[in-house]
Amino acid sequence: MKTEPLISTQILCSQYNIEISFVDALNKMGLIHIEVIEQNQFVREDQISNIEKIIRLHTELNLNLEGIDIVFNLLEKEQALRNELNILKNKLRLYEHD
Amino acid sequence: MEFIDYYKILGISKTATETEVKAAYRKLARKYHPDLNPGNKDAESKFKEINEANEVLGNLENRKKYDKYGKDWKHGEEYEKANRQQQQQRTSNKTSQSGFSNEEYTDFFESMFGGDRSSNNQGRSTKFKGQDYNAELNLDLKDVYTTQTQILTVNGAKIRLTIPAGVENGQVIRIKGKGGLGSNGGPNGDLFIQFNVNNLTQFKREGNNLHQYVDLDLYTSILGGEITVDTFNGKVKLQIKPETKNESKAKLKGKGFPVYKQEGQFGDMIITYHITMPTNLSEKEKELFVELQKISAK
Repeated sequence: MKTEPLISTQILCSQYNIEISFVDALNKMGLIHIEVIEQNQFVREDQISNIEKIIRLHTELNLNLEGIDIVFNLLEKEQALRNELNILKNKLRLYEHD
Repeated sequence: MEFIDYYKILGISKTATETEVKAAYRKLARKYHPDLNPGNKDAESKFKEINEANEVLGNLENRKKYDKYGKDWKHGEEYEKANRQQQQQRTSNKTSQSGFSNEEYTDFFESMFGGDRSSNNQGRSTKFKGQDYNAELNLDLKDVYTTQTQILTVNGAKIRLTIPAGVENGQVIRIKGKGGLGSNGGPNGDLFIQFNVNNLTQFKREGNNLHQYVDLDLYTSILGGEITVDTFNGKVKLQIKPETKNESKAKLKGKGFPVYKQEGQFGDMIITYHITMPTNLSEKEKELFVELQKISAK
């Protein structure tokens, strides 16, 4: 059976030295998803990299959560375009004469 | 060591105020931050430069030394240290007399003017993941036809990398924990490797399928026959149907490229026939073609 590693938000806060209110705000903003199991809050392990990115953008660039949300959306779009460009480049190479 | 003009890096004049230094740094950091420029090496190195510039110019003491000593500002530290020690000895008596230590002064001014020490995040011991590294690996198409292992050296550490057969050109894989060291006990960064697959073969790759043009002489294309074609893992015999048209295609199932991470599964080989016209016809051949022409005109 496949298991999904969950990390308690309390551990998350102590590891990254952040307030629980900050994690709640991220959840409300939809930047992360908190799972509640038996009244305990958890985040999935695959969200950690995004959470770290959010902390960096917030502390190093003073971006507020709305700004971070916009940045994430734009980065997602950029990545999709990058992938599309890559596929098209590979396709184009197919039709290019040597 | 080459002289680095930190003022130029931040785009400010030598008379810039502390606020102007901070504003210039923030503006450039927002532009070149690695999280906002994933996979962009130029932005990454630019960000390192502006960070370094900010560490020097954003700190009054460092800035003074930089202005005074230029490129050798770090070496001037010993001189400064000795100087500071002397000054401390001289001033320690004064502060003890007034009843305030240096730290108390800071707290005193903050309580008076509402300074917020936590807003600049100093003193926080946030555990941060180390920097992610990006690398490119150039491979030939032949190399990625089979799964292979390569030993890479990253920051002095050897990493055994298994490259699964069928990896795509431009594909990026992540090796967890092989990036920069984490700070304050945070996890290490990751290593991202982009594969640049060069194709020097006669085959064109489209996903898992391979394409190739095969020349077919006029007689075989009309009468049919058997030809031998190259594939990635050897030659195969191919039956040609009579009256095969120019640019018609044939598919060799399972003779394409391996499907990424799907062991034993392969794409197809698509062959496009290119019919070649006979040249330098002999008199006899011409006669026969004329005869054929007459027959077909009837």
